[in-house]
Amino acid sequence: MKLAISIAGQTLDSPFDARFGRAASFCLVDTDSGAWTVHANPGLSASGGAGVQAAQFVAGLGAQAVVSGAYGPKAYDTLAAANIQRLLAPGDAACRAADILAAFQAGPLAEADGATHGGHHGG
Amino acid sequence: MRIVVASGKGGTGKTTVSTSLAQVATERDAVRFLDCDVEAPNAALFLHPVLDSQREVGIRVPRVDADACTYCGRCAEVCQFHAIAVVGQKTLVFDDLCHGCGSCAWMCPEQAISETLSVTGVIDSGTTPEGIAFAQGVMNVGQTMGVPILRELKKWTPARLPEAPGAPRRALEILDAPPGASCPVVETLRGADLVLLVTEPTPFGLHDLKQVVAIARELGIPAGVVINRDGIGDDAVGAWCAESGLPILLRIPMERRIAEAIAGGRTLVDAAPEYRPGFRDLLERLVAGVNP
Repeated sequence: MKLAISIAGQTLDSPFDARFGRAASFCLVDTDSGAWTVHANPGLSASGGAGVQAAQFVAGLGAQAVVSGAYGPKAYDTLAAANIQRLLAPGDAACRAADILAAFQAGPLAEADGATHGGHHGG
Repeated sequence: MRIVVASGKGGTGKTTVSTSLAQVATERDAVRFLDCDVEAPNAALFLHPVLDSQREVGIRVPRVDADACTYCGRCAEVCQFHAIAVVGQKTLVFDDLCHGCGSCAWMCPEQAISETLSVTGVIDSGTTPEGIAFAQGVMNVGQTMGVPILRELKKWTPARLPEAPGAPRRALEILDAPPGASCPVVETLRGADLVLLVTEPTPFGLHDLKQVVAIARELGIPAGVVINRDGIGDDAVGAWCAESGLPILLRIPMERRIAEAIAGGRTLVDAAPEYRPGFRDLLERLVAGVNP
């Protein structure tokens, strides 16, 4: 399956980015073959609605699951509408994308059962 | 004629000046007063209008006809605010991100998008005891966009302006602008014949005055300055106005009794009638045209 991991860099060795909408980029990994590509997150520079934009972007990449540390309400709803699994990184998340991938392959990661925080836009 | 009272810095005395100007003007002219500070309107505290009419206003947000939608994604593509997402066979609308621009409805190739009013505030209107036609915009708690409310407020027309005997009266509009120098101030200034800038003689007052002067110049609106709390701070405002060709039309000294009257909900010219001639002169100079 195709897994998107929010990261702050350009490779599998890049640090994990715990934010979803404002992550620097997404590492898209084919979990069967191990092949990976990195895609800059267009939501990073959005003045608002970053989570919506990032979620649509990840959907467009064909991801079936995402691993991040936090999902805002609009990102959560958009990913859910796209039938993309919303997974949470284990532990304190101070690790590399490769560690997240290893954790994903070692056993099921916890699934976010709702937005992890309120929206950032307005009230 | 539309006169906007603005300042940049908050708390310099916009409402003090605009309410007194309106009270002096209404002696001879038909006055319409709009409180454009939709986040915190307070001119009513001084002019004491009877607000007997209220209308809900807001923005028009998209609603997608699921039967007509082909999920082409054009609406999400044109939305600058990411208020629409199209993923797979679903189109999601996030009302609180929408700015009501209507691009999605215009661009939908299937005409599957209609628009519905999302209420973000109200326009209250009525008349003051001295006959000023008064309206204010009030933004609902939790909303962030004042501009759509301002646009509706500026369209408000009183049912009738009070009649008065004698010579035909001039129709004057006085708009009390919000503080700051961002979108709501620009919207308040749009269409104004002139802007009266109320400032205080402090570095903070001058800094923000420069920002609003830049907006007025960009919009091509002649400007004049009122220095409030004259006597505090320094004279950098006076020097800068002279350099920039901005006429200083009135100076109001720092006086405790003025502050006390304002705190008690009275206007400056009501509490200190000796300022009436100064405001009369200010008004006539404005109407005659401020020439920097």
